[in-house]
Amino acid sequence: MLLLNASGCLDALAAPGVARRLDAFVTKTVTPEPRQGNQPVRIAETDSGMLNAIGLANPGRERFLSQILPDLVATLELPVWVSVGGFSAHDYAESCAALHGDDVAAIELNLSCPNVDEAAESAADIVTACRAATPLPLYAKLSPATWDMSEVARAIEAAGADGLSLVNTMRGAALDRDLRPILATATGGYSGPSLKPVALAAIFACRRATDLPIVGMGGVQSGRDVLEFVACGATHVALGTTLFADPDAPQRVRAELRTALDEAGLERVEDAFCLAHESVAVLDNHA
Amino acid sequence: MRRERRSVVAVEWIGPYALLRVTRGSLARGGPGQFFMLEAPGRVLPRPMSLCLAPRGELAFLIDPIGPGTRALAELEPGDEVAVLGPLGNGFRVDVRKPLLVGGGIGIAPLPYLSEALDRPPAVLGFRSDEHAQAAALLPHADVVIDPVLVTDVIPTDRDVLACGPEPMLEAVRALVPDAQLAWEAPMACGYGACYGCVVEVDGNLERLCVEGPVLCSS
Repeated sequence: MLLLNASGCLDALAAPGVARRLDAFVTKTVTPEPRQGNQPVRIAETDSGMLNAIGLANPGRERFLSQILPDLVATLELPVWVSVGGFSAHDYAESCAALHGDDVAAIELNLSCPNVDEAAESAADIVTACRAATPLPLYAKLSPATWDMSEVARAIEAAGADGLSLVNTMRGAALDRDLRPILATATGGYSGPSLKPVALAAIFACRRATDLPIVGMGGVQSGRDVLEFVACGATHVALGTTLFADPDAPQRVRAELRTALDEAGLERVEDAFCLAHESVAVLDNHA
Repeated sequence: MRRERRSVVAVEWIGPYALLRVTRGSLARGGPGQFFMLEAPGRVLPRPMSLCLAPRGELAFLIDPIGPGTRALAELEPGDEVAVLGPLGNGFRVDVRKPLLVGGGIGIAPLPYLSEALDRPPAVLGFRSDEHAQAAALLPHADVVIDPVLVTDVIPTDRDVLACGPEPMLEAVRALVPDAQLAWEAPMACGYGACYGCVVEVDGNLERLCVEGPVLCSS
């Protein structure tokens, strides 16, 4: 099991010491053109989570390739996963074609940012286009806001993806005391502890549909959470919102995982893989 | 950047504000205008607080308990533990010739520590009520104005102004003293450059306040 960061939740050049505690670093999403992102206010805390409306702020593909990626590779000495975004299958495929294995361990296709318009093509069509453009491992990052996750997972696998990243944030809103949206964009991506049950259900469903590796994320706060994600079928686990509150989360979560394994009577985290599925006999169509 | 669990020494009320004092441990104090992220008990995200005072072995933060996070911080009791990350960001430049400190409301928070660093220069503080103005006790030599009088009604313009306060006050100070050093505020999730949540416009670009600021020079 690899411990990663969720894309967009860590700037490894601003905080290399945090990134080096991970097994691999996942970049913020790179789009073909530079993006300033949304106007502030961009974040809002809720009772048990947070909203963000960053809007895929990034320097664009050209500067990412010429400056950011070489800096990351030189600074981190870690496998780098590049998160790729766009507004058409062509955008995604072009970025994939520009990434090469010397510097990039894997590509994560951000198919589900709640803060920007989606590409017109289906997630599977985008994966098909990217598959033709790169031999690098391709992970498809999906929203949990789909009724039938297992069907999406099968379509993504058939299109040639090498893995799934589950889950992205879900769209949410929060109001201030004058009943106005806190975020300048009114809605944003909802993350944090309250997303965990949604993420576990998505991973659970997709694991029954596919044997592809799954990077599990969404509300992971503790070592026990990591174990639960793996028990539902995650191969790897990523930290998101918890990194904002605690930059020491990678080492803390690893230490807690050791304790959680002891409490569960398990030796290695891999021993927990899919344990949650063993006791489930009857399933409806969506799991 | 270092994060430690620190013990609460005391919470002292100064008018409507709470001065939260915690043991410093091996955290650095940092420079005036730098800030720390304080774990807000029971909340998902920590809260950014600039250092108000650094008594021996302690860090002290002035808190306006207006929301669930700041209220949780103000309700801490001696002996409670709270995670503190910092010091963070870029503070005030103190290589100035004729300093004048200007603060508004809870924006006076970084000024007592700044005042010590500059050997107690003149200061002007503005508050919205007599009750809020009790916080001026933190800067005993300061001139105080109370709404409807504004700090910009009384400050001289031939000074090196270092200011912190609500956005309209900072805009008004900038209009009067274009090269003032201004400490801004923005909602932050992380405080260390990870989340891109705290952007403000700097020279036409959206920049992270926690990385570029919180003190920005407007000229």
